[in-house]
Amino acid sequence: MAKPSTRRPGFSRRAQYGLFLSYVLAVGGVLFAGLLLVIAIVDPTGFNALKGAALDVTSPVTSAGRSVTRFFGGLKDSIGNYVQAGSQNAELKRRLQASRRKLIEAQAIGLENKRLKDLLKLTGATDDPVAVTRIVGSSFASVRRLATLSAGASAGVRPGQPVRSADGLVGRVIETGRWASRVLLVGDGASNVPVRLVRDGTPAIASGHGDGTIDLKTLEVGRNPFRRGDVLVTSGVGGVYPPDIPVAVVVRIEGDRTVARPLADPSSVEYAVVLNVYQPLADLPLSEATENALRGAGQ
Amino acid sequence: MSRIAGSSRDVALLGLRRQWVPILSTLAASLLNLSPYVATWPIVPDFAYIVLLAWRLLRPEMWQAHVALPLGFFNDLVAGLPVGQSMALWTLTFLILDIVDSRVGWRDYWMDWFFAAAAMLFYTAGGWYVAGEMGSALPFVVLLPQLILSIFAYPLVARFVVALDRWRLSR
Repeated sequence: MAKPSTRRPGFSRRAQYGLFLSYVLAVGGVLFAGLLLVIAIVDPTGFNALKGAALDVTSPVTSAGRSVTRFFGGLKDSIGNYVQAGSQNAELKRRLQASRRKLIEAQAIGLENKRLKDLLKLTGATDDPVAVTRIVGSSFASVRRLATLSAGASAGVRPGQPVRSADGLVGRVIETGRWASRVLLVGDGASNVPVRLVRDGTPAIASGHGDGTIDLKTLEVGRNPFRRGDVLVTSGVGGVYPPDIPVAVVVRIEGDRTVARPLADPSSVEYAVVLNVYQPLADLPLSEATENALRGAGQ
Repeated sequence: MSRIAGSSRDVALLGLRRQWVPILSTLAASLLNLSPYVATWPIVPDFAYIVLLAWRLLRPEMWQAHVALPLGFFNDLVAGLPVGQSMALWTLTFLILDIVDSRVGWRDYWMDWFFAAAAMLFYTAGGWYVAGEMGSALPFVVLLPQLILSIFAYPLVARFVVALDRWRLSR
């Protein structure tokens, strides 16, 4: 293609000024956008009103399409199930027996746990969910791993609240509109969840790796305590995520690096439950939290 | 419609089509972000940017650089990116391509693809840097599959844009 001729708009003063003005606008625009970005980096919730409104307008579209995708996704599973009905039935019966036994044990342990907690007068936040909602979409073309929920501020959802599904932890709310909100998934690079190993309680931090896996960082040096197949649950440290929500399962160990896979797959999750922040004090700025704690101690 | 515009109304309609088809197609590509697909791994190309690039490389004289600002703003809002990211990166792309156009005399298909690939590398790196500043520091390797897919998606999108362009200018 030939060089465009309009870049040098001839002798017309008007055309020359017009072109110049366009460049001034463009360069000014880039600087302005850079400024907006800096604001967004310094204060991520700064544009919440604007972005929340955009989320409200766009989420019904996504939400309507989601049921179609889910239908086709489900179709594949149902056909598979139909073909393997016999062997699956036998297998499931066997598993049901085993889990029934485990369930009785777990009930007994739960009862004992409650009794011991009562003895120690340990209290946690209520575990009533804020909202039960659906995951309708995600930011799939960008670097960040964000998902869209079909419930927003009108249902009581606030930035900071943890989100889980039946399978495990999904993430944390970062933006809210009136009827929709955005969730930072546990697989995002900015997500850090304090977890512990179910097997022996070893504490660790689960940070997202951005590609659907999670890196586990243990606080111990030298020894890698994880084994393939280990399950990790939230530890409740930090006060945001309630304890004992399943988070991830270890899939591979590469030297010092431990790679885990989130247990809740946001692409197939039917329902997501928005929970209250476990210890509301933890979500306040540090100075305010200290003040409140001191006031509490003084009384 | 006949090849010769019959009335001033026809002329106005054709003018509107000529002006709005590129803008609307880019906005529509931004709206692809609303598709109800939840990805746990960044692999889907950012079609809005590819459509924008295809229009810019096909018709360098059509848009002045500042046109990318509102288009980028719309993309930021729809795709849930930090406000300003696409605005800055898209407008910068236009400015850089203006400089490239003033240096390079003739561009053929392969050079278009090369410039598109370079622009996509710039765009991906920009998004990666902003995400890093926002606390999501990832190894760049994670983004390579998406970048490669985007580069190979360019010829397809460019064909589509050329078809749209033919319809836009047809009578």
